[in-house]
This record gives sequence, structure tokens and C-alpha cells, in this order.
Amino acid sequence: MDFNDTPEEAAFRKQAREFLTANAKSKAEAGRGMAVGWNKDEALAAARAWQATKADGGFAGITWPEEYGGQGLSPIMQVIYNQEEADFVVPRGVYEIGLGMCIPTMFAYASEEQKKRYAPKALRGEEIWCQLFSEPAGGSDLAGLRTRAERDGDDWVINGQKIWTSGAQFSDYAILVTRSDFEVAKHKGLTFFFLSMHSPGIEVRPIRQVNGAANFNEVFFTDVRIPDSQRLGAVGEGWKVSLTTLMNERFAVGVAPPPDFDEIFDLVRDLELEDGPALDNAVVRDRLADWYVRQQGLKNAHFRTMTALSRGETPGPESSINKVVSASKYQDISIFGMDVLEMAGAIVDPEIAPMDGLFATGTLSSPGYRIAGGTDEILRNIIAERVLGLPQDVRVDKELAFRDLPTGRD
Amino acid sequence: MNFEFDDDQRLLRDQARKFLTDKSPPEAVRRILDGDEPFDRDLWREFANMGWLGAAIPEAYGGSGLGHLELCVIAEELGRSLAPTPFASSVYLASEALMLAGTEEQKQGYLPDLAGGEAIWCLALSEGRRPATAANIAATVSEGRLSGEKIPVVDGDVADRAVVVAAESGGVGLFIVDLNGPGVERRSVETIDPTRSQAAIQFDGAAAERLGDAGDGWPMVERLLERAAVLVAFEQVGGAQAALEMAREYALGRFAFGRPIAGYQAIKHRMADMYIQIELARSNAYFGAWALSTDAAELPVAAATARVSASEAYHFASKENIQIHGGMGFTWEFDCHLYYRRARQLALALGSQRRWKDRLIAALQRRNAA
Repeated sequence: MDFNDTPEEAAFRKQAREFLTANAKSKAEAGRGMAVGWNKDEALAAARAWQATKADGGFAGITWPEEYGGQGLSPIMQVIYNQEEADFVVPRGVYEIGLGMCIPTMFAYASEEQKKRYAPKALRGEEIWCQLFSEPAGGSDLAGLRTRAERDGDDWVINGQKIWTSGAQFSDYAILVTRSDFEVAKHKGLTFFFLSMHSPGIEVRPIRQVNGAANFNEVFFTDVRIPDSQRLGAVGEGWKVSLTTLMNERFAVGVAPPPDFDEIFDLVRDLELEDGPALDNAVVRDRLADWYVRQQGLKNAHFRTMTALSRGETPGPESSINKVVSASKYQDISIFGMDVLEMAGAIVDPEIAPMDGLFATGTLSSPGYRIAGGTDEILRNIIAERVLGLPQDVRVDKELAFRDLPTGRD
Repeated sequence: MNFEFDDDQRLLRDQARKFLTDKSPPEAVRRILDGDEPFDRDLWREFANMGWLGAAIPEAYGGSGLGHLELCVIAEELGRSLAPTPFASSVYLASEALMLAGTEEQKQGYLPDLAGGEAIWCLALSEGRRPATAANIAATVSEGRLSGEKIPVVDGDVADRAVVVAAESGGVGLFIVDLNGPGVERRSVETIDPTRSQAAIQFDGAAAERLGDAGDGWPMVERLLERAAVLVAFEQVGGAQAALEMAREYALGRFAFGRPIAGYQAIKHRMADMYIQIELARSNAYFGAWALSTDAAELPVAAATARVSASEAYHFASKENIQIHGGMGFTWEFDCHLYYRRARQLALALGSQRRWKDRLIAALQRRNAA
């Protein structure tokens, strides 16, 4: 066992490090600060500029085919780049869904001409993509979606509503799954498209969240027209295409933000409780130990994943357990951080709150991480069914025509 | 990045699993659980023949010179099979103590018999309900004679020699004592896991041979416990994995309300949680294995992390395995309790979870201060 790169990996890591050092500020240099927020013009401009810099430097689309602007390298190189980038303050988030989920779906289903047209511009950050999947009636049960697609000549006409769409407010293009047939069973009546977010009939409304931010949107469709040439996959095969997108989701949805173990350790190191230093308190030590072993467990599982990738093998279980463990850890650490601060823990004003109010804001933001990108419950189902091979739940909706499914309490 | 066992080590794992499935099935474990024999002597003999007992002992001292990573691989399989032998006492604790602190003469004198299985050793540390700390150790060595009581001592009833932690004028030290010699009285003690025997040992002026330098030997005890914690973590991960697999098999075959209970989310999510805990623990055990095999400076933190993680995972997997079995899980006849007992035995054998958590934070504090 060792943690050494192969000579090829080491060379790539060195290049990545040099590129980042030349073009970004290290976290050590920047100190602790709030993450770059969305919905702000300057943050968006910074994200665009950074994506272009990455593309120029040869660090965008590391695993993408070279004919679409990528670097044609193995997944381990992407992991190595991500490790290095994690030490720097860069505007992440705006492009993760587009580059991580939308364009990979295009690679699988779009025409050669379309791939050549859209992939390079997405990679350079010139066009932003979002994913129009969830609906009020189709979240964890995505195939319950009701947005209607009707054929009209060479076009399709779309009516309905999507929800929880990250980045819809600034996106140029989107992938979209719709219901084209209400008379067949629910998984069989779906059809998949991509479209311009600037199409007439699209209205985007931000959703204000528990933490006051608005990262998500509702998106309404009123007689939106999409040419049939922008259909991805066959008519009625939209579920299959959606699974391609969702397989990429686990790579696109990142781990929870701070506070993690390091931040709560920093907090209690400088804190006096009623009976002395917080770090001498038995309850504090017990909780810290629990979070440390979880944090390290994920980190060490990641090393196992890297090893598998490095050997060209299929990665292990890390991707399925990462979010379940880190989201709850994020929430629990946030709440405990507030608790040890006593009444001052409630202060969110970063000017006067300890550690910029990190624990209070984490308390308000963390519930979303247990839901977005697969709820705790859905992820446990995935582990149970795909990793442990346990049976699916009983399904009353598999054979019935979609039109005949119950939709709510009478 | 090479954070995985290599092909030879994986081959060893496959061979060990096959061997133990064959030679240490639940029926064999139950012969020890229900019978008078303190451990499986035939299995012990085979371990010696295969070179497992001396896996980490250099060839110069009669070992097979494989290394600690190989010992970790074997440990996981032993944990999985619940093998009822004094392996941990002789190999993880006594042999490691001799390799850590022994003089050349002691290594030459004692290690070949340990590697060959001719001698069984144990570690005598605990003195009843007081936590074993440097300040608490009451057994005393004076002018080469040991007096005091050690209870419980895992494998103390079957061992030929013990490494005893005892106080002397300069602090706490390690001493080798012949348990068959004069001044030693021992009796078996009934514990929660009858597949691993334990004893109370009374020393009354027994001859004690120093192991390690004179002076404060407590840091050596800590190092010994850290090294053993990594190896035991692999046993715990192996046992936890076996408990999960047992739960899965039962849930797939047990029908209620017209379908297998494995299809109900209450059961599926519980098993997903078992899996999550085990994968975290396994990954932490790997890091411990790396630190152990390379004598890395990270060992104190890595060992405590592996220990806390693995104790938690085995605790959770073994108790939820019973729960998933329902009433049958609470019967003597089903094997669920074998894992439940062993999980507790292993979680206490090197000190409690409460203390290892405290020790982990202390190790992090020392690391950050350095």
C-alpha cells in the first residue's frame, strides 16, 4: 500500500498545481470566507471567466473526447485535478450540472453535428445548461412527472411545470424530460429533449429557501415549441435517457460544504465552557470522535475509489455512501456548533457571530443537502437494491396506464 | 495511489476464506461455545502449519516473514469466521510486544515457539473495574518478583506465558511471566463470549522477566495497544460483514405479509446503514493497515480511528442482525448471538469505546500541537 501517483499521474498533478497556482488564490492565502453565492452578477461573471481559463489551460473536460474539446484522459486524472482544485478558491457550481450531467447525456444521444455545436461552447463556459427533471408530482418518484409533450408537425409543444431547477435563471440551454403518452404505464410514456431556455413560453421563478437564498427555481412552460430534431432518444424512451443523466448525477453532486470536523475542532479549541476548555469536555470529545471517524472514513473510501480508477477498475461504494454520510454530518456538526456557543450560537450576522456564523448558516442550509440530488431515503434504497441486491418495493403503479394512477387524497 | 491489497494479498484472502469456511464453520464455533474445550486446538495447529501465527514475525525468528498487511488480511477472515482461538493474544499482542521491546536474546528465545504454535501467550493488563491506566496499575514487580491480580485476562487460562503490565519503582513496565511457574494461580472466568476464554490470574511473587528498558514503560503499552487495535479492527470488519450477509440471507428468505421482508424499506434501510458503517470502518482499517505496515507517524491517530470506527460498525451490524431475524434472532439456536457476543468481546478487549474516542481526540491534539 502506498499513496504515490504513477509517473504519469504525478506529472499531471504537477501541471494542475502549476496552473492553479498561476490562476487562482489558494484557500490558505484567502483565509476562511463565505462561499461564492449564486444569483449575483459578479459571481456569475467570475464563474464564466474561470471556466474559460480552465478550458484555455487544458483542465476543462478532462475525460471528454478530444473531438468535442475535451482532453481524452482517464477518470483518475479528473479526480487528481479535483483534489488539487480543492485547495484553491474558485467559483464552482454554475457549470457542474451542465458539464457533469447535461452534456454527457448529449454525448450518448445527440447527433454528431449537435455534439460538435454544443459541447465545446459548454466547456468554455459560453453557454450554461440546466436540467429540467423534477416536478411538483415527480421528485423521488421522477417518473410521476406530468409536463405534457404533444406532437405538432415537425415540432413538439410543451405545457407544464418543473421545479427545483438549479441555475434555470441564468441558463441558456436545458435537457428536459416530458410525458408524451398518458395512456401507457408511467415509465413507458416519457420523451426526452434539449431546448433553448430563451424559447418563447418559458417562465422562470426563483424559490426562496429556508436559508434565505434562491438557488432553485420553478420553470413554467406555456406552448413552448421544440423541433423534433432536438429529441434525445426515441419517442417513449425518455426514462432510459433519464437514467443516463442520473448515472452521472452521483459524480456531479458534490459533498456537503463546511462546517466539517476541521471547523468544529477549530471552534472548540478556542472555546471556554462552564467547566473549562471545551476540548476537555467529555461530551465534546465524544461527539468530535464520531465525526472524525466519519470524515476519515469517507476520505479513505475515496482513496479506495482512486485506486480502482487508477487500475482501470470499477469504483467501489464511495459514490453511494458519500452524500448520505456527509449531509447528516454537516447538519449535526452545524447544530452542535450552535449548541456549544450557547445563546450566541443563534447569531447569524457574520460581523459579530463566532466564525462568521458558519454553524448557524450551516444549520439552515444543511436540510437541503439531505434532499437534493437524491434524498437520504432514495439513496438508502439505491444501496439496498443495487449494492446489496435486495428486492424493489411493491409497486402499484407499474402496469396501470398513467392516466389511471391515483394522484392524491380524494 | 495504491490503497488496496495487492494480488498476492488478495489471493491469501481467498485461500484464508476458503480454509476457514471449511474448518471453522458455525458448528465448530458452537463446539467451543457449548463444550468444555477453551479453544479449537486442531484449528490452532493448522494456523501454525500455514505460517499464519508467524505471519508478521521475521524468518530469522522462525516466522513466515510475510508482513503486517498479510496479517491484516488474515485477521479479517478470522473475524468473519469467529475462529475460536487465542490468535489475538498470541499474535497481535504478545508477539508484537516481543518484536517491539524484546532483546535479541528474548526474540531468539520466544518468537520461534510463538510462530510455531508450541507456545500460547497472552497480555495481562486489566485489573478489574478500574480503567487500566499508568496510574491505576496496582500489580507490582519488586526485585524480579510480581505480585497482584489481573482480571480478566483473555486466554489467560490457556496461555503458557503472559506479558504482564505491572508497576515498579520507576513507573509501569512490561514483564514476561511463566504462567506454569510457582507463584501463579489462575481460574477461568465466565464472560459474555464463551468462544473466547478468559481468566483471573493471581500472582504471588512470580518470577518476572523484564521486557523493554527500565523506566516508564507506559508509552510502550500504548504503542502495543495501537498496533493491536489495527489488527483487531480487521477482525471486527470481518465479523460485521458476516453479520450483514447473514441478515441479508435471512431477509431474502423470510416471507411476511406475502413477500420477502428484504423488500420492506424498514429492513432495506437498516441494511443500507449496516453497509455504510462497514464501508467507513473498512476504509479506516485500510488506513490503519498502511500506518501499521510502514510504522508511520500517523499510527496513533490512524489506529484510534480504525478502532472506534470498527467497534461501532460491528456493534451496529451485530445488533441489527438480531433485529432483522426477529424472534429467531433471539434464540440460542440461531448464530446471531455469536456475532453479538464477539462484537462486545472485541470492543472491550483493548479498552472501551469511550476511552478510545477520548484517546483519538488526545492523539489529534498532540498531532496539532506538534
